[in-house]
Amino acid sequence: MPSKIEKDAISGEHTTGHEWDGIKELNTPLPKWWLYVFYATIIFSIVWMILYPSVPSLSTYFGGTLGYSQRAEVEANLQKAAAAQASFRDRIRSLDITEMKADPELNRFALAGGRVLFAENCAGCHQSGGVGAKGYPNLADDDWLWGGSLEAIEYTIRHGVRSTSDETRTSQMPRFLADGMLTAPQINAVADHVLSLSGLAKPNAEGAAIFAEQCASCHGEKGEGNRDLGAPNLADKIWLYGSDRASVVQTISYSRNGVMPTWSGRLDDATIKMLALYVHALGGGE
Amino acid sequence: MFIKHSTIERNVILLAVLTLITVVIGGLVEIVPLFTIETTIEKVQGMRPYSPLELAGRNIYIREGCYVCHSQQIRPLRDEVERYGHYSLAAESMYDHPFQWGSKRTGPDLARVGGKYSNEWHAAHLIDPRSVVPESIMPSYPFLAERTLSYRDISDHLKALRTVGVPYSDEMIAQAVADLEAQATVDADTDGVLARYPKAAVGDFDGDPARITELDALIAYLQMLGRLVEFDKTQPGSLRQ
Repeated sequence: MPSKIEKDAISGEHTTGHEWDGIKELNTPLPKWWLYVFYATIIFSIVWMILYPSVPSLSTYFGGTLGYSQRAEVEANLQKAAAAQASFRDRIRSLDITEMKADPELNRFALAGGRVLFAENCAGCHQSGGVGAKGYPNLADDDWLWGGSLEAIEYTIRHGVRSTSDETRTSQMPRFLADGMLTAPQINAVADHVLSLSGLAKPNAEGAAIFAEQCASCHGEKGEGNRDLGAPNLADKIWLYGSDRASVVQTISYSRNGVMPTWSGRLDDATIKMLALYVHALGGGE
Repeated sequence: MFIKHSTIERNVILLAVLTLITVVIGGLVEIVPLFTIETTIEKVQGMRPYSPLELAGRNIYIREGCYVCHSQQIRPLRDEVERYGHYSLAAESMYDHPFQWGSKRTGPDLARVGGKYSNEWHAAHLIDPRSVVPESIMPSYPFLAERTLSYRDISDHLKALRTVGVPYSDEMIAQAVADLEAQATVDADTDGVLARYPKAAVGDFDGDPARITELDALIAYLQMLGRLVEFDKTQPGSLRQ
């Protein structure tokens, strides 16, 4: 307990008066600058509480005299950004995609914006530059499953493939082994024939006969494919799921049903058109 | 000072009473608004509790520590809204126990990842992230595809959540196992599960229709994230707080 406050001879400060076994405690004051900064922060917090949303009450809260709202602010920022692009986006919305392509200014705008949009939304599957990966088509070559025209690309982006959209592109290849339509030796023969279309195997007469009966209705007599059905061209040496025999056998036996999500609802109309134009310009657009 | 420091220090009852008063003031300010929290949760359409399969997936999400690198909170900032979609609402995590907000992102935000990728992509990505995103630093989770989902106790999970306020009905709890199986089985009768849990993704998720794995559950959960609120039925400006 403070018994005797005295002045310390060495430091020149007073003691607190506490003493433990002869050890006394100096009462050194806080540095003045520190103390004033501390008081300033208290005053700052009071001013802040008055200006900005702060104290909760039972049913609501004190909203501050500035009426600040983070959500109102982001809405304003988004509107400002939209207004800055409105001259482009309004025109994109009002034109169809071929007219948009014909307008050099919109074309430039779409390509610049499309690059960023592609990186965020499409590159996860189609890879950067649209070069594709196993199961995810290359968008920079001339081989298209569902068509490479501007309108076809726009439709595919909008509604996806085997997606949840009501207007999705869709088709289903039979699972020839799993559904008992062909036997394993027959599938091997067809696989040989399919590989022979691009010179990867010797011609197989039995396979060719089965192909004509089972496969040609979608893939064409020469394996040239059918874009209305999303049936790939089998003779162009471009393989979505691999060109080795095991992959082809797997495809025929169990089928493949690649899925692309629908982007309508997720991206707005102008954004989808910009992306379609960008994809069209990657190298394979028709 | 009207009460001397030394007086408080020497009187233990006075010290206890004054400490209690201080704690009560802090407690009132922090706790009382929680009882009136309805006022801070937006009134939006479309929110529902997690379906049993989604809940099982969410438990795996938490078990594997996905939240350590992925937040589920799109902040109200222009760049985030433009990249990820509408900023997250309080209503969207009102059935989350615990919520998955966060401010640290080693990977991207997942609050609206539902529907952005195909099931095949998610399966390939979780088994080996580098197979689809070459620059990814995410760990691989191949064992999820091998482990059969344990869901015998799933209705207990629903019950536990109901005790903390998630509106699971008796019917939902009674049907939990059946709903979980229906949601993860190809060509199953999904009328019941979709009536109870609208917009749930159904079918096989992991490419192995023969059994329900942990990967099925996790992908089912990822595919519904951020898809429930019907923003087209929300008036602009009504979400301002």
